[in-house]
Amino acid sequence: MSRRALFTKIGLLLNGIAVTLLALPIIGYLVSPILGSDRGQYKRWITLGDLNEFPEGQTRLATFQNPISRFDDGDTDHIPCWVRRVQGEQFQVFAINCAHLGCPVRWFPQSGLFMCPCHGGVYYQDGSRASGPPPRGLFEYPYKVDSGKLMIETGQLPTLSTSAKLETGSRGCQG
Amino acid sequence: MSRLKQIGEWFDERLQLGGAIRDAMSHPVPSKSASWWYVFGSAALTIFGLQVATGILLALTYVPSAAEAWNSLQYLNHHDTLGWYLRAVHGWGSNFMVALVLIHMCQVFLFGAYKFPRQLTWIVGIFLLLMTLGMAFTGQVLRFDQDAYWGLGIGAAITGRIPLIGAQAVHMLLGGPIIAGATLSRFFALHVFLIPGLLIGFVSLHLLMVLKLGINEWPMPGRIVRKATYEKEYHELLQKDGIPFVPGAIWKDMLFSAAIIVAILLCAAYFGPFGPTGYPDPTIVQTIPKPDFFFLWLYAMLALLPPEMETPALLIGPVVVIGFLILLPFLAGEGEKSWRRRPIAVVTLLLVAIALGTFTKLATYSPWSPVMDGWSGDPLPVSFLNGRTPLQRQGALVFQGKQCRNCHSIGGSGGLRGPALDSVATTMTRDQLVRPVIQGGGNMPAYGRNLNPSEVTALVSFLETLHPPGRPAARDASQTAMQQPQPTAAPSR
Repeated sequence: MSRRALFTKIGLLLNGIAVTLLALPIIGYLVSPILGSDRGQYKRWITLGDLNEFPEGQTRLATFQNPISRFDDGDTDHIPCWVRRVQGEQFQVFAINCAHLGCPVRWFPQSGLFMCPCHGGVYYQDGSRASGPPPRGLFEYPYKVDSGKLMIETGQLPTLSTSAKLETGSRGCQG
Repeated sequence: MSRLKQIGEWFDERLQLGGAIRDAMSHPVPSKSASWWYVFGSAALTIFGLQVATGILLALTYVPSAAEAWNSLQYLNHHDTLGWYLRAVHGWGSNFMVALVLIHMCQVFLFGAYKFPRQLTWIVGIFLLLMTLGMAFTGQVLRFDQDAYWGLGIGAAITGRIPLIGAQAVHMLLGGPIIAGATLSRFFALHVFLIPGLLIGFVSLHLLMVLKLGINEWPMPGRIVRKATYEKEYHELLQKDGIPFVPGAIWKDMLFSAAIIVAILLCAAYFGPFGPTGYPDPTIVQTIPKPDFFFLWLYAMLALLPPEMETPALLIGPVVVIGFLILLPFLAGEGEKSWRRRPIAVVTLLLVAIALGTFTKLATYSPWSPVMDGWSGDPLPVSFLNGRTPLQRQGALVFQGKQCRNCHSIGGSGGLRGPALDSVATTMTRDQLVRPVIQGGGNMPAYGRNLNPSEVTALVSFLETLHPPGRPAARDASQTAMQQPQPTAAPSR
């Protein structure tokens, strides 16, 4: 091998090392949403409010601050959810996002239905699917009652893969 | 020698670009291709220039932060001198660009221009179309209003349907667990740096191939493309019937591009900028999100696909469509170019156009969605109450109060999700009306748990009165027979 060819090869090798050294941190930076400090585990227990804010037999809109947020989130980290107090300490806490494609469902107490404004999904008061394109019932947050406070486990936008399986919504207490 | 020419020559001695530019300008085109049908691509390129220029100007005020983006757009609209106009030009430019890219693609398809040797020009064109649509979608996100926020939610929900890696894909798309600051930042990077950079590169390739391979000749029925002979025939055509691009053809491109720019400016001045709609606070749930015009067809399809087909259609559909478009020049790289001899191509294009047009039209009034304020906003016409008994009027109250109107229209207003009920009594008897009310069925939710027996009675009594004058209500034949005096059973003495 000539000197020139040898140095060309060494040059290529050094550039390959340089590119790798540059690429690894770039990839690490880019995939931080799934492999960063949270390792994609975004769920936390947060307090939604006092029990007496939720009258028995009613479904009400509650809002909370997402447990994970960033300096530039503005008001987008204020997340709404529908709280149904079935009776006593038995609750259902529904995500606002339609199980079809995530639009905000609205509660109509008169007819006891949740309706979605986007593609016509409708749910019964217990979150089960009533009609339209949703493949399942409303997403529910796990909840617990702790010293007079209603707490839910939340932290990420609920979709078919981030929050639930493709099955009909569970009913009643999940304690 | 004039001063100007001297300066020009000084630069050309150093740049050595004069020859290449002269060659590009004077490259021969078949005289019949110097046609008004060949102006769409250059107009799309002109608009791209307009978008880059207006985009840079908008960036002087726009703040790509979830906390400030919406406010900065309000500032552009209402405080910056002519900021509203620049936003309007950029928004209308976007619509015109998508439209022209689509028209250009249809023309290329109908004229068989994707055939040998221009297959790669077509494939690069497919990527240019995808990037143009990508710019339109990311631009809509940058408007960061309620439509943008919930549009991202739809994007995340679709992504969440990917098997196995759905959750990771959603978090990569959003840049975190929720739609928030990180999400807007990455769409900003896509819209302002990544996709425009790629567009410039791909447009250059596209143009280079047009210059090197020559513009498509006017397709003549019976003039068959064969790989072995095409290039020879094309060069013979150029020698016999070619004219230099400048000045032979360029004036049509220039006139059309100018007309399009003027049309954009007029639309911008007359109709103004797009949005922003409501403030992006997800706790404001009283919102009806809708995508921009060029994604309305998708919005309609998502509502109308059967639920069990939806995930396969969303995940496999785009791969099939894009795959077909890329494979097209390989499947039909030779043969007839003229649309007069390609009936399947013409019918395919018409079908796609009609389907997309129909979906778009449907999405403008979205009959599949309940009208959220149908029950509280639309008064019941008096004619539906005149001459009714108290029970029937009570039923009308139930009808209104239980939001039946959100899905059922009556007197021409209300939702279109379920059938209009103006003449429901002509086809359904009392018993037939009770059942769907209580049990539901098809797309009708069951109301059994939310109506007590007296409400059902009142509601059905009202529904029974819904038949036009002169058309009697439906009757149960067996009950009618029972109520008739029966001659054979008459007591005889």
